[in-house]
Amino acid sequence: MNTEKIFASNMLKIYEKMFFCREFELKVVEAHKSGQINIPIYLSIGQESIPSTISTFFDTGIPIFAQHRAHSYFLSFGGDPMHLVGELKSSTNIWSKGSGGSASISSKSIQMFGHSGLMGDQVPIAVGYCLSTNSPVLSVVGDASLEEDYVISAFMYAISKNLPFLFICEDNNLSILTPKIDRRNWEFTPVVKAMGGLAFDVDDNPASIWESLSQWEKDRPMFINIRTNRHYWHAGSGEDAKPAEDRLKLFRNYVETIYDLRDIEAIEKKAIMNVGSLWE
Amino acid sequence: MGITLGNFIAKKTADLMNEADAIVLGQCLTAVGWVAGTVPSWVNKKNIIELSMADVANGGIAVGAALNQNKPVIYVVRYQGFLWYNAISIVNYAAKSKEMFDIGCPLLVRAIAMEGAIGPVAGNSQHSLVLRMPGINVFEPMTVNEWEFSWDYHQSQRDLPTIIFEHRLSYNNEEEFSNILRDKSRLTIVSISAARLAMVESTQKLDAENYQCDYFHLFKLSPLVWPEDLINSVKETKKLLILDSDYDDFGIAESLAFKFSKLVECETFVMGLKRKSAGFSRITDNLTPNADMIVSKVKEILG
Repeated sequence: MNTEKIFASNMLKIYEKMFFCREFELKVVEAHKSGQINIPIYLSIGQESIPSTISTFFDTGIPIFAQHRAHSYFLSFGGDPMHLVGELKSSTNIWSKGSGGSASISSKSIQMFGHSGLMGDQVPIAVGYCLSTNSPVLSVVGDASLEEDYVISAFMYAISKNLPFLFICEDNNLSILTPKIDRRNWEFTPVVKAMGGLAFDVDDNPASIWESLSQWEKDRPMFINIRTNRHYWHAGSGEDAKPAEDRLKLFRNYVETIYDLRDIEAIEKKAIMNVGSLWE
Repeated sequence: MGITLGNFIAKKTADLMNEADAIVLGQCLTAVGWVAGTVPSWVNKKNIIELSMADVANGGIAVGAALNQNKPVIYVVRYQGFLWYNAISIVNYAAKSKEMFDIGCPLLVRAIAMEGAIGPVAGNSQHSLVLRMPGINVFEPMTVNEWEFSWDYHQSQRDLPTIIFEHRLSYNNEEEFSNILRDKSRLTIVSISAARLAMVESTQKLDAENYQCDYFHLFKLSPLVWPEDLINSVKETKKLLILDSDYDDFGIAESLAFKFSKLVECETFVMGLKRKSAGFSRITDNLTPNADMIVSKVKEILG
């Protein structure tokens, strides 16, 4: 089966994850606004297509080293949603007793490692893990963390050693509220190519992400810069300016052209019910 | 003849590579000198991993390698001053991983101090830098038995990272050191790191001048357990002097003195590096207190 056909056969699954993540995060917004959540939150609304696609592509799992704004990674890869609710509500009934909060979530069952809070430090740590295991590892940063010196030098080391390292940048063009153009005049994709690495720059359409992932033979590092849209503030439940596009809606329109609407609606209904039950 | 500490570290490392598939990561490990001969040059090189010169990233890479937990991971930091870069992920991730994420990070860091005409960063001990952080074991062995204890302790509990603060002044040492307790001592001296070598040398000088002191070697800094005979000694002398090869101001020495003064009512004194940068020339350098300086300090305290 070629890449397009494989992708088509997985579209509904990707959409299901995207929709679930969106519903989950919208409930987080409600809980934050109503005072049920009293810690800083970092929402992935608008960026759900990236983890939903990657987790579907690696359906048997891959060790994950992400940072804040990773609720959708946790959920897409099969982390326990109830545990995440517990983290956000600072519950003492979960093993971590809420120490992970929103920004430092982790899960042994899905091999998701926690984050210290130092932006981008998950990249050298992930490279070390990859070096030690010599098996595929996923690390995710945002476009701001990409500028951290240890991120770049660690990834260059992975290239030097031909490690099976998948490096994703969720590029929403913002560091808090400062756009890239005010921070740097370079993009990382050509830098990686110049260093002999495999690199792509794509939008957050699941088809584009899937196509890029399909290029990876896991015999060397790959970097994908994925341009996306953050809908909510860097932290908290306030909304950014209306995004140019909502990938969830665009993708739903596309899925509708291939799948039966009743199947899509059934997925949505189930997700709304499941998410609702988490917060009761 | 016994084995020197430097040779022991190299042999122990080789054994760990051969028997436990240990890996050693660091910069310039296979360069001339093999880190003062403490990295074995005769073993299979596949277990010696040369990192790039990116210190800040390298600390994280070592932490990530240890998270795998499938083999011993030893990370060599050539100069303790380089910990200002390298410590970032060690103290902020490895030390917190078990507590925060329930995943142990059994990384062993060998951070090596040097001094004497080596400049403002490489020329200092920097163990005070990390000791204040929770979740990390800290040892300062100057002898073979102490280094072996440090390793065994690290192996016995697999969750926390350990930093062994070594000092190049000890690499030729073959001796083991014992605490010395005297009758009618007027001062208790506790020494850390390379200051211990100077303390040993000062003992004879102080004895010759009839200054009765008790002498203690302290190499287990975290977890810290005060030896019972040290407590008893200070109860008698009421005076405690702590010697260190790091800065005494705001460093381990002052911290220990404060802690101990809460335990036993006593007058405390500290002596370590001067509060200045270490230049390359003899006149501008900043070295661990030597035996003569210790003798002067003791005379000053005891009158």
